[in-house]
Amino acid sequence: MLRYILRRLLLLPLVALGVTFLLFFLTQRLSPEMRASLYIKDPRQMGALEEVIEKYGLRDNVFKQYGRWLSGALRGDLGYSQSANMPVAQAIKEYLPATVQLALVTMVLVVFFGVWFGVVSAVKKDKWQDIAARLVSVGGFSLPIFVLGLLLLMLFYGKLGWFPPGGFSISTDVTIHSPSFHSYTGFLLIDSLLNGNLKVFCDVLRHLVLPALTLCIGSFALMVRVMRSSMLEELGKDYVRTARAKGLPEHAVIYRHAGKNAIIPVITLAGIQFIRLLGGTVIVETIFDYPGIGRFGVMAAQQLDIAGIMGFSLMVAVLFVLGNLLSDVLYTAVDPRIKLGE
Amino acid sequence: MNNRIFKRILQNKASLAGFVLVALFALVALLAPVLAPVHNPHDPYQLPQSSYSMTPQPPSAEHIFGTTEQQYDLYYGVVWGTRLAFKIGITVTFFAFLIGLFLGAAAAYFGGMIDELIMRFTDVVFAVPSLVLAMVIAAMLGPDTHNMMIALTAVAWPSYARLVRGDILSVKQRDFVTASRALGARGPRLLLKHILPNSIYPSVVVASLDIGYIVLTAASLSFLGLGAQPGTADWGQLIAMARNWVLGSSTNTFAYWYTVVVPGGVIFLFVLGWNLLGDGFRDILDPRQG
Repeated sequence: MLRYILRRLLLLPLVALGVTFLLFFLTQRLSPEMRASLYIKDPRQMGALEEVIEKYGLRDNVFKQYGRWLSGALRGDLGYSQSANMPVAQAIKEYLPATVQLALVTMVLVVFFGVWFGVVSAVKKDKWQDIAARLVSVGGFSLPIFVLGLLLLMLFYGKLGWFPPGGFSISTDVTIHSPSFHSYTGFLLIDSLLNGNLKVFCDVLRHLVLPALTLCIGSFALMVRVMRSSMLEELGKDYVRTARAKGLPEHAVIYRHAGKNAIIPVITLAGIQFIRLLGGTVIVETIFDYPGIGRFGVMAAQQLDIAGIMGFSLMVAVLFVLGNLLSDVLYTAVDPRIKLGE
Repeated sequence: MNNRIFKRILQNKASLAGFVLVALFALVALLAPVLAPVHNPHDPYQLPQSSYSMTPQPPSAEHIFGTTEQQYDLYYGVVWGTRLAFKIGITVTFFAFLIGLFLGAAAAYFGGMIDELIMRFTDVVFAVPSLVLAMVIAAMLGPDTHNMMIALTAVAWPSYARLVRGDILSVKQRDFVTASRALGARGPRLLLKHILPNSIYPSVVVASLDIGYIVLTAASLSFLGLGAQPGTADWGQLIAMARNWVLGSSTNTFAYWYTVVVPGGVIFLFVLGWNLLGDGFRDILDPRQG
């Protein structure tokens, strides 16, 4: 087990190097003049183009330039992001917690409703509840999140005014940047509780509802499907018949016996889905103007902010590898029959 | 055998619905010049624009689906967008599969170092969510429809490389390969004439069913402004133009509903069709899953 984890962790630098080098190689398609002009804000300073190319060595061969970027990255210096107007490392530190928070809240929604719908669907097989759950699941899997996001925004913000876009309201912005508010973890939901500030907590939660609902749709659909088929399989087994025969009430049979076994595949799936959600945040954060890492990545890409793009991709790749590893480990923890790396 | 699979697809209600949806879209794509006559012969995917006014117009006799901001006709966008969707889906899947086939076959056939090298490279591309990687590549290449297809191809091939490699490795063990080797078949001939034709079929099916997913990713890229440019008959682009209007007018929140619902509904139905069809195929190819 430990050997497996170590071997997988060895893959991490390989992936990080591979991804960043590939992207860096792509940036070389842009001429040195174009890349230099990204450093210049004022058009009147365009005369300094040659100076900038010289200063940053933009004409050196790709390996030399990549080496420079890499040695900076190893020291924690990922360059300056023009699109976010701050160093890339600082941008990641500032935006990442909001995204992780969004993904976690979404995951809670996905697992809770996915398991619930899945169980009901299996228990009421071929009744209307089952058909409804399956329709929602097939539909949810095909509904693009940017379409759902806009529709939810139209209804819950435009019409009803319940859930505004953005990460928090202006008054919260003032509160969290005031000296009396301590940032312990960077996660606003946790920090607000630690500060004993319920108003901030509710405000942040209120801004999380729509993005989380939008983000959960695809994973939710998958979760219902897996839970349903897993539950159907368990309900057909002998121990369920035994439990029923000895007179256990039906809900005990369903939740305490069959449900406990049926949930195993769901837990693994949850691990994998959590990683997938990080990809989806790119769109959701853009629609709801949510101040997370996905929106940062999109803005960097739109404005061709190379340092921002490189930092963003590096971070996503690292998160992805770690997340996959975590879900593998979780798998063995839930189902001891599975041994990794053998 | 193909006939039998086809029959089973038609017997299942869900996969039949999927088949009908996909067939309808294919028909619209083929008949696009008839359904919506081309107005710009140099670029049929360029949307007709009746004026430069910003406010979208509701469905009318002249514009049956209404217009987006800057008066791009939604009907034209939906019809030619269908054709563009197929063009993107088929082109990307074809080239991604070709790359996957080449690399996967090379990895499985040569084994050893080459296998290791190719598969680790595959791991690297796999290690980033495909939308994120495609987004970054499209940004670097410069956003337009053509570069979007390159970016999508660049992120789509690894799964086919793995698939093809696995299939070839299992076919390689079969008796008929040993037999042809014993008869003197060697090298590329063995791979091309004996192994490939017998291992490629399932991968081709899987790849072609990915068209819905590819089109969805393409629409996402266009939506983010990193794919097709404004004025292109592209579904994602049409929805991107709806973003400024989701909150409606001061009197009616739903005043511009059609700017979201028309292109959004079309993408939904397209992806739904492919998903239903894909489910049907998976049930047939893998009868253990109920």
